[in-house]
Amino acid sequence: MTATVAAEPVAGVRRVSVSRGYRFELVKLVSQWRIRLLVLACWIAPALFVAGVSQQSTLPVDTLFGRWMHATGWAGPLVTLGFAGSWALPLLTSVVAGDVFAAEDRLGTWRHLLVAVRSPRRIFAAKALSSLTVILLLVAGLACSSAVGGVLAVGNQPLVGLDGHLLTPGDAAVRTLLAWVCVLAPTLALAAIGLLGSVALGRSPMGLLLPALVALAMQLAQMLPLPVAVRLALPGYAFIAWNGLFTSPAQLGPLLIGIVVSLVWAVTATALAYLLFVRRDFSNLTDDGSGRRAITVGALPLAALLGVTVGFVAVATPATGSGIEQDKVQRSVATAFAHLYRMQTAQLNRPDVTEAQLRATAACNKGGGKLTPEGPGNDWRCVVSWHLPDVEAAGTAIYQLDVTPDGRFVADGDGPKEVNGYFLVRTPVGDAPNPLWQFDGNVELLHTTKG
Amino acid sequence: MDAPLAIRARGITKCFGDVVALDGIDLDVTPGQIHGLVGPNGAGKTTLLGLLLGLAAADSGRLEILGTPVARALAAPEGVAGFVDGPGLYPSLTARQNLAALAALRGEGVGATGIDDVLAQVGLTDVADDRASGFSLGMRQRLGLAAALLTKPRLLVLDEPSNGLDPAGKKHVHTVLSRLAADGTSVVLSSHRMDDLEALCSEVTILATGRVVFSGPLSKLAAENRELDYRVRTSDPQGARQLAVDVDGVHVDEAGTRDAEVLVVRALVPALDDFVARLVTAGIAVRELAPVVSPLEAAFLALTDQQEAVR
Repeated sequence: MTATVAAEPVAGVRRVSVSRGYRFELVKLVSQWRIRLLVLACWIAPALFVAGVSQQSTLPVDTLFGRWMHATGWAGPLVTLGFAGSWALPLLTSVVAGDVFAAEDRLGTWRHLLVAVRSPRRIFAAKALSSLTVILLLVAGLACSSAVGGVLAVGNQPLVGLDGHLLTPGDAAVRTLLAWVCVLAPTLALAAIGLLGSVALGRSPMGLLLPALVALAMQLAQMLPLPVAVRLALPGYAFIAWNGLFTSPAQLGPLLIGIVVSLVWAVTATALAYLLFVRRDFSNLTDDGSGRRAITVGALPLAALLGVTVGFVAVATPATGSGIEQDKVQRSVATAFAHLYRMQTAQLNRPDVTEAQLRATAACNKGGGKLTPEGPGNDWRCVVSWHLPDVEAAGTAIYQLDVTPDGRFVADGDGPKEVNGYFLVRTPVGDAPNPLWQFDGNVELLHTTKG
Repeated sequence: MDAPLAIRARGITKCFGDVVALDGIDLDVTPGQIHGLVGPNGAGKTTLLGLLLGLAAADSGRLEILGTPVARALAAPEGVAGFVDGPGLYPSLTARQNLAALAALRGEGVGATGIDDVLAQVGLTDVADDRASGFSLGMRQRLGLAAALLTKPRLLVLDEPSNGLDPAGKKHVHTVLSRLAADGTSVVLSSHRMDDLEALCSEVTILATGRVVFSGPLSKLAAENRELDYRVRTSDPQGARQLAVDVDGVHVDEAGTRDAEVLVVRALVPALDDFVARLVTAGIAVRELAPVVSPLEAAFLALTDQQEAVR
């Protein structure tokens, strides 16, 4: 008898199309006051924040591009992007994707929805697409709002890249847009993890918090001295790797790896959420989908995925150790110095020199020369040397470097005072920020480009 | 050839792990019939209603709904509507928005007029633009019924639709269900409110521990039942008591009431008829005669082995 039941076709069933389900889910999402509030906040708050901070005398110099917020409106959306990658995007994906399935458990509306739609698969597709739409709307709001706020408050000026080279306003705009597009990949990964948590953990608040917790764990991991392969294999690495768009040439290797890893995580976590969802028993009142099986089916494959991606990245790239090595640090510091020296030269109204003429080099050591010069740390010290045309002696300047495990560094000028020892330079039109006093840079963790 | 049954179930079994929720259930519901489903908590009512709504598939057995065999895939055939475990409503939407969203989802071309119409049928016109988050249980039940009506169902499946209803709401629901049945829609509803079932249903099925212990017309249930307790208020309580003792098959329950004006007797219907005839012959006026518990409730208690526990 059982076989007879199973073999019979589903006749007379008119299922709801995914597009109708999608509109239904959107109506439900947009009717929630917290979603409306988030949309409003994402489209207004960044503009106000960027415009406000740009008018302050103190800038968020600890955030990438924060020190340039007075100089160009394009620094604002990048500062916002740095903050969004750490906090806003994980929280937004938590609130939207992390709750899209659990909300039905909380409201007790699953059976109603199933009777109406008549297809768990289409319900899943509609929910995933609608939450994706809302997340994209929020991300677009953050990007557009911060860009508009920055350009209106400060202006459409050139942007200083991470290696010190000057990007034209148009180039800065394109790269800023690209950077926001790139972080969609890790955002999708977090959204997929949110879907998985929402399906696997049901009414439990852990489902809602999962993307934020995963993002926090990834941030903590990025702060640890992990091998490069592990760092790049984390689904949130593209939240950092977009920095590579602002060097010349662009450091695309880590960025592309980060994007691919994020997308693989997004697809895998969504597939796991789908499998868990379509196997859920909606006839059992006490079953909200959570339980040991759901957790193991959801968590174990992702752990395995992490292992596989670490192995793949390790094999596919020449990455070893921390990726922060003496020659790369020296090259990066010298390149940035040369670009910024030209800027200072222009500020001081001196005859222009090219980077090639400067022939800047850096000699860096770690721990006063007592430690092996590799890896992160705030005990890097570099002596930069450069040449000026028709001047026999080489100029030298000292920098103290704080290199973080993800390859970013802040170079703090340590003299001479006329070059990098003071935060202002005296220009013909008055005092201006000294570009050589402190600057941000990054060490490319992979050996894919030469600066 | 007979018209197809709205529901034809044979040997339906459903288990949750080691728990047998439904054990070889047979059920027939004809078009235009209001069929009650009764049973103690855990008897399998909601599971059976869930199968009818396509929320679960039977482990074994054969189920046909509106003439269509139901397969293992989770989906109810077209023409089936209803709810189990309360109506599914979205509190952030108004009553009208809930219905409009559902109509758009299902592609029902009902329009604003159709939505107003079903809201009026369940008596929610005045609160149509209020958010469902502020609705009482009874209002939610009525809105759930309105949502089901939107699809113009041929089979309506309702789990405890009378929960939380005030008298006016109950009247609305009864009117709607009676009219639907008159128009040929079959209604299957579960309830613990025996008065509702007796007022609405032409047939009932009593479930206990996943099995059918009775299925058929209410009249048959009363005839098959054992003796019932009846309250009898007369013009001469003492005389009535003496007469009751003399009638075969009528037993006086001395502990049945504290009201000296009321006599409680236990009897089958024929013996009760004889007793009433003798009262009239003796010139004792019968001012009230009613079962202490309804025939359905008595049968429910008897058939589900709960009568002793209650007493």
